[in-house]
Amino acid sequence: MAVQHSPLAQFTIERLIPLHLGRIDVSYTNSALMMTIVVVLITGLLVFATRRAQLVPGRLQSVAELIYEFTARMVDENLGAEGRAFFPFIFSLFTFLLFGNLISLIPFSYSFTAQIVVTAALALFVFLLVTIVAFVRHGFHFFSFFLPEGTPLIMAPLIIPIEIVSYLARPVTLAIRLFANMMAEHALMVIFAGFAVALGYFFFLPVLIDVAIYALEVIVFSLQAYIFAILSVLYLRDALYLH
Amino acid sequence: MDVASAKLIGAGLAAIGLAGVGVGIGNIFGTLVSSIARNPAARDQVFGIGILGFALTEAVALYALMVAFLLLFVF
Repeated sequence: MAVQHSPLAQFTIERLIPLHLGRIDVSYTNSALMMTIVVVLITGLLVFATRRAQLVPGRLQSVAELIYEFTARMVDENLGAEGRAFFPFIFSLFTFLLFGNLISLIPFSYSFTAQIVVTAALALFVFLLVTIVAFVRHGFHFFSFFLPEGTPLIMAPLIIPIEIVSYLARPVTLAIRLFANMMAEHALMVIFAGFAVALGYFFFLPVLIDVAIYALEVIVFSLQAYIFAILSVLYLRDALYLH
Repeated sequence: MDVASAKLIGAGLAAIGLAGVGVGIGNIFGTLVSSIARNPAARDQVFGIGILGFALTEAVALYALMVAFLLLFVF
Protein backbone atom coordinates (compact mmCIF):
# COMPACT_ATOMS: atom_id res chain seq x y z
CA MET A 1 0.00 0.00 0.00
CA ALA A 2 1.52 3.28 -1.07
CA VAL A 3 2.27 5.96 1.51
CA GLN A 4 -0.21 8.72 0.89
CA HIS A 5 1.52 11.50 2.81
CA SER A 6 5.20 11.83 3.44
CA PRO A 7 6.02 11.86 7.19
CA LEU A 8 7.63 15.23 6.56
CA ALA A 9 4.41 16.78 5.24
CA GLN A 10 3.43 17.81 8.78
CA PHE A 11 6.22 20.39 8.80
CA THR A 12 5.04 22.46 5.85
CA ILE A 13 4.60 26.12 6.63
CA GLU A 14 1.27 27.64 5.64
CA ARG A 15 0.70 31.35 5.34
CA LEU A 16 -2.33 32.29 7.39
CA ILE A 17 -2.20 36.03 6.72
CA PRO A 18 -0.08 36.88 3.68
CA LEU A 19 1.99 40.05 4.22
CA HIS A 20 4.80 41.47 2.18
CA LEU A 21 7.28 44.23 2.99
CA GLY A 22 8.44 45.06 -0.50
CA ARG A 23 10.03 41.82 -1.59
CA ILE A 24 10.36 40.31 1.89
CA ASP A 25 7.71 37.81 2.87
CA VAL A 26 6.63 38.51 6.44
CA SER A 27 3.40 36.51 6.34
CA TYR A 28 1.86 35.37 9.56
CA THR A 29 2.35 31.62 9.31
CA ASN A 30 1.08 28.67 11.32
CA SER A 31 4.53 28.56 12.89
CA ALA A 32 4.15 32.17 14.04
CA LEU A 33 0.67 31.38 15.33
CA MET A 34 2.02 28.60 17.55
CA MET A 35 4.74 30.87 18.84
CA THR A 36 2.15 33.52 19.68
CA ILE A 37 0.01 30.96 21.48
CA VAL A 38 3.01 29.77 23.48
CA VAL A 39 3.93 33.31 24.54
CA VAL A 40 0.32 34.07 25.52
CA LEU A 41 0.16 30.82 27.51
CA ILE A 42 3.36 31.52 29.41
CA THR A 43 2.40 35.11 30.17
CA GLY A 44 -1.10 34.07 31.16
CA LEU A 45 0.20 31.34 33.44
CA LEU A 46 2.58 33.67 35.23
CA VAL A 47 0.15 36.60 35.50
CA PHE A 48 -2.78 34.56 36.72
CA ALA A 49 -0.66 32.48 39.06
CA THR A 50 0.69 35.48 40.92
CA ARG A 51 -2.54 37.41 41.22
CA ARG A 52 -3.41 37.47 44.90
CA ALA A 53 -0.31 35.43 45.60
CA GLN A 54 -0.53 33.60 48.88
CA LEU A 55 2.18 32.45 51.23
CA VAL A 56 0.98 28.87 50.95
CA PRO A 57 0.51 28.61 47.18
CA GLY A 58 -2.53 27.20 45.49
CA ARG A 59 -2.28 24.88 42.48
CA LEU A 60 -1.62 27.36 39.70
CA GLN A 61 0.79 29.37 41.79
CA SER A 62 2.66 26.18 42.63
CA VAL A 63 3.16 25.42 38.96
CA ALA A 64 4.50 28.88 38.26
CA GLU A 65 6.74 28.74 41.32
CA LEU A 66 8.00 25.31 40.27
CA ILE A 67 9.11 26.53 36.87
CA TYR A 68 10.58 29.70 38.35
CA GLU A 69 12.51 27.91 41.06
CA PHE A 70 13.81 25.28 38.70
CA THR A 71 15.23 27.90 36.36
CA ALA A 72 16.46 30.07 39.22
CA ARG A 73 18.32 27.12 40.74
CA MET A 74 19.82 26.26 37.34
CA VAL A 75 21.11 29.82 36.90
CA ASP A 76 22.17 30.32 40.49
CA GLU A 77 24.14 27.09 40.84
CA ASN A 78 26.08 27.60 37.64
CA LEU A 79 26.46 31.34 37.26
CA GLY A 80 26.56 32.63 40.79
CA ALA A 81 25.93 36.22 41.72
CA GLU A 82 27.09 37.85 38.51
CA GLY A 83 24.84 35.63 36.48
CA ARG A 84 21.65 36.98 38.04
CA ALA A 85 21.40 39.47 35.18
CA PHE A 86 20.96 36.61 32.73
CA PHE A 87 18.11 34.97 34.58
CA PRO A 88 15.26 36.64 32.60
CA PHE A 89 16.86 35.57 29.35
CA ILE A 90 17.37 31.98 30.45
CA PHE A 91 13.85 31.85 31.88
CA SER A 92 12.30 33.15 28.66
CA LEU A 93 14.40 30.76 26.59
CA PHE A 94 13.59 27.75 28.73
CA THR A 95 9.84 28.35 29.02
CA PHE A 96 9.52 29.26 25.33
CA LEU A 97 11.22 26.04 24.29
CA LEU A 98 9.46 23.91 26.91
CA PHE A 99 5.97 25.13 26.04
CA GLY A 100 6.80 25.17 22.34
CA ASN A 101 7.97 21.57 22.40
CA LEU A 102 5.07 20.31 24.49
CA ILE A 103 2.35 22.18 22.60
CA SER A 104 3.42 20.39 19.43
CA LEU A 105 2.12 17.15 20.96
CA ILE A 106 -1.48 18.35 20.73
CA PRO A 107 -3.07 16.74 17.65
CA PHE A 108 -3.43 19.06 14.68
CA SER A 109 -1.01 21.61 16.12
CA TYR A 110 2.33 22.57 14.66
CA SER A 111 5.88 22.09 15.90
CA PHE A 112 7.79 25.30 15.41
CA THR A 113 10.90 23.94 17.13
CA ALA A 114 11.12 21.36 14.35
CA GLN A 115 12.10 24.24 12.06
CA ILE A 116 15.86 24.59 11.70
CA VAL A 117 15.46 28.34 11.21
CA VAL A 118 13.89 28.76 14.67
CA THR A 119 16.45 26.66 16.51
CA ALA A 120 19.32 28.14 14.51
CA ALA A 121 18.17 31.68 15.31
CA LEU A 122 18.00 30.88 19.04
CA ALA A 123 21.33 29.04 19.02
CA LEU A 124 23.02 31.83 17.11
CA PHE A 125 21.63 34.38 19.55
CA VAL A 126 22.98 32.41 22.50
CA PHE A 127 26.37 32.04 20.81
CA LEU A 128 26.65 35.74 20.00
CA LEU A 129 25.51 36.67 23.49
CA VAL A 130 28.11 34.41 25.07
CA THR A 131 30.93 35.62 22.84
CA ILE A 132 30.08 39.30 23.30
CA VAL A 133 29.79 38.88 27.07
CA ALA A 134 33.17 37.15 27.09
CA PHE A 135 34.80 39.95 25.09
CA VAL A 136 33.24 42.68 27.19
CA ARG A 137 34.39 40.99 30.36
CA HIS A 138 37.85 39.78 29.46
CA GLY A 139 38.88 41.72 26.38
CA PHE A 140 41.58 39.94 24.43
CA HIS A 141 42.32 37.69 27.37
CA PHE A 142 39.30 35.77 26.03
CA PHE A 143 41.62 33.94 23.64
CA SER A 144 43.33 32.20 26.54
CA PHE A 145 40.18 30.10 26.67
CA PHE A 146 41.51 28.11 23.72
CA LEU A 147 44.58 26.91 25.58
CA PRO A 148 43.50 25.25 28.80
CA GLU A 149 45.71 25.78 31.80
CA GLY A 150 48.44 23.25 32.32
CA THR A 151 48.76 21.99 28.76
CA PRO A 152 52.38 21.62 27.65
CA LEU A 153 53.31 24.30 25.12
CA ILE A 154 54.42 21.65 22.62
CA MET A 155 50.81 20.57 22.17
CA ALA A 156 49.51 24.09 21.66
CA PRO A 157 49.53 24.03 17.81
CA LEU A 158 47.38 20.91 17.99
CA ILE A 159 45.11 21.88 20.87
CA ILE A 160 44.29 25.44 19.82
CA PRO A 161 42.70 24.67 16.41
CA ILE A 162 40.75 21.81 17.96
CA GLU A 163 39.45 24.09 20.70
CA ILE A 164 38.55 26.82 18.20
CA VAL A 165 36.65 24.40 15.98
CA SER A 166 34.82 22.95 18.94
CA TYR A 167 33.91 26.45 20.12
CA LEU A 168 32.59 27.38 16.68
CA ALA A 169 30.65 24.11 16.55
CA ARG A 170 28.64 25.13 19.61
CA PRO A 171 25.81 27.04 17.88
CA VAL A 172 25.68 24.37 15.16
CA THR A 173 25.30 21.50 17.61
CA LEU A 174 22.93 23.46 19.82
CA ALA A 175 20.61 24.16 16.88
CA ILE A 176 20.82 20.75 15.25
CA ARG A 177 20.35 18.85 18.52
CA LEU A 178 16.95 20.42 19.17
CA PHE A 179 15.86 20.50 15.54
CA ALA A 180 16.82 16.90 14.78
CA ASN A 181 15.22 15.60 17.98
CA MET A 182 11.92 17.35 17.24
CA MET A 183 11.78 16.44 13.58
CA ALA A 184 12.79 12.82 14.08
CA GLU A 185 10.31 12.22 16.89
CA HIS A 186 7.39 13.84 15.08
CA ALA A 187 8.21 11.99 11.86
CA LEU A 188 8.46 8.74 13.84
CA MET A 189 4.96 9.18 15.23
CA VAL A 190 3.54 9.80 11.77
CA ILE A 191 5.43 6.80 10.37
CA PHE A 192 3.94 4.47 12.98
CA ALA A 193 0.51 5.90 12.28
CA GLY A 194 1.13 5.06 8.63
CA PHE A 195 1.88 1.48 9.61
CA ALA A 196 -1.48 1.33 11.35
CA VAL A 197 -3.18 2.21 8.07
CA ALA A 198 -1.15 -0.38 6.19
CA LEU A 199 -1.68 -3.32 8.54
CA GLY A 200 -5.46 -3.59 8.25
CA TYR A 201 -6.79 -5.79 11.04
CA PHE A 202 -3.64 -5.55 13.15
CA PHE A 203 -3.82 -1.79 13.32
CA PHE A 204 -3.74 -1.80 17.13
CA LEU A 205 -0.10 -2.92 17.27
CA PRO A 206 1.39 0.22 15.69
CA VAL A 207 -1.16 2.32 17.55
CA LEU A 208 -0.01 0.88 20.88
CA ILE A 209 3.60 1.52 19.97
CA ASP A 210 2.61 5.02 18.93
CA VAL A 211 0.99 5.62 22.31
CA ALA A 212 4.16 4.45 24.04
CA ILE A 213 6.26 6.71 21.81
CA TYR A 214 3.91 9.60 22.56
CA ALA A 215 4.48 9.09 26.29
CA LEU A 216 8.23 8.98 25.66
CA GLU A 217 8.04 12.21 23.69
CA VAL A 218 6.63 14.11 26.64
CA ILE A 219 9.81 13.23 28.53
CA VAL A 220 12.15 13.73 25.59
CA PHE A 221 10.71 17.12 24.58
CA SER A 222 10.92 18.49 28.11
CA LEU A 223 14.44 17.12 28.39
CA GLN A 224 15.50 18.77 25.12
CA ALA A 225 14.20 22.15 26.25
CA TYR A 226 16.12 21.71 29.51
CA ILE A 227 19.26 20.65 27.61
CA PHE A 228 19.16 23.78 25.44
CA ALA A 229 18.75 25.98 28.50
CA ILE A 230 21.41 24.28 30.61
CA LEU A 231 23.91 24.35 27.75
CA SER A 232 23.28 28.07 27.29
CA VAL A 233 23.91 28.51 31.02
CA LEU A 234 27.13 26.46 30.85
CA TYR A 235 28.38 28.44 27.84
CA LEU A 236 27.64 31.63 29.75
CA ARG A 237 29.59 30.25 32.67
CA ASP A 238 32.55 29.63 30.38
CA ALA A 239 32.27 33.21 29.18
CA LEU A 240 32.02 34.72 32.66
CA TYR A 241 34.43 32.66 34.70
CA LEU A 242 36.76 30.17 33.09
CA HIS A 243 38.99 32.69 31.37
CA MET B 1 26.31 3.23 -10.31
CA ASP B 2 23.65 5.88 -10.62
CA VAL B 3 23.08 8.70 -8.16
CA ALA B 4 19.93 7.24 -6.59
CA SER B 5 21.64 3.98 -5.62
CA ALA B 6 24.68 5.86 -4.35
CA LYS B 7 22.39 7.97 -2.16
CA LEU B 8 20.81 4.90 -0.63
CA ILE B 9 24.16 3.26 0.00
CA GLY B 10 25.47 6.47 1.56
CA ALA B 11 22.47 6.74 3.84
CA GLY B 12 22.94 3.16 4.94
CA LEU B 13 26.60 3.76 5.66
CA ALA B 14 25.74 6.84 7.71
CA ALA B 15 23.71 4.65 10.04
CA ILE B 16 26.91 2.82 11.08
CA GLY B 17 27.70 5.79 13.33
CA LEU B 18 24.84 4.80 15.57
CA ALA B 19 26.93 1.90 16.90
CA GLY B 20 29.19 4.34 18.75
CA VAL B 21 26.16 6.09 20.22
CA GLY B 22 24.81 2.79 21.50
CA VAL B 23 28.09 2.09 23.25
CA GLY B 24 28.17 5.60 24.68
CA ILE B 25 24.66 5.58 26.10
CA GLY B 26 25.17 2.11 27.55
CA ASN B 27 28.38 3.35 29.14
CA ILE B 28 26.68 6.36 30.71
CA PHE B 29 23.85 4.43 32.27
CA GLY B 30 26.09 1.56 33.32
CA THR B 31 28.33 4.00 35.16
CA LEU B 32 25.28 5.76 36.57
CA VAL B 33 23.86 2.56 38.03
CA SER B 34 27.23 1.49 39.36
CA SER B 35 27.88 4.86 40.99
CA ILE B 36 24.45 4.94 42.63
CA ALA B 37 25.07 1.41 43.87
CA ARG B 38 28.32 2.51 45.47
CA ASN B 39 26.87 5.61 47.08
CA PRO B 40 23.07 5.75 47.14
CA ALA B 41 23.12 9.11 48.88
CA ALA B 42 24.61 10.80 45.80
CA ARG B 43 21.68 9.75 43.66
CA ASP B 44 20.09 13.14 43.13
CA GLN B 45 23.30 14.86 42.10
CA VAL B 46 24.53 12.10 39.84
CA PHE B 47 21.17 11.51 38.16
CA GLY B 48 20.94 15.04 36.76
CA ILE B 49 24.39 14.89 35.23
CA GLY B 50 23.63 11.40 33.90
CA ILE B 51 20.54 12.62 32.09
CA LEU B 52 22.46 15.59 30.70
CA GLY B 53 25.14 13.22 29.39
CA PHE B 54 22.51 10.96 27.89
CA ALA B 55 20.84 13.78 25.98
CA LEU B 56 24.16 15.04 24.65
CA THR B 57 25.14 11.56 23.46
CA GLU B 58 21.72 11.02 21.90
CA ALA B 59 22.29 14.19 19.93
CA VAL B 60 25.20 12.49 18.14
CA ALA B 61 22.79 9.78 17.01
CA LEU B 62 20.66 12.49 15.52
CA TYR B 63 23.64 14.05 13.78
CA ALA B 64 24.16 10.68 12.05
CA LEU B 65 20.47 10.66 11.15
CA MET B 66 20.84 14.18 9.74
CA VAL B 67 23.73 13.03 7.55
CA ALA B 68 21.58 10.18 6.25
CA PHE B 69 18.69 12.55 5.51
CA LEU B 70 21.05 15.03 3.91
CA LEU B 71 22.35 12.36 1.57
CA LEU B 72 18.90 11.05 0.75
CA PHE B 73 16.89 14.19 0.28
CA VAL B 74 19.18 17.12 -0.38
CA PHE B 75 21.70 15.84 -2.88
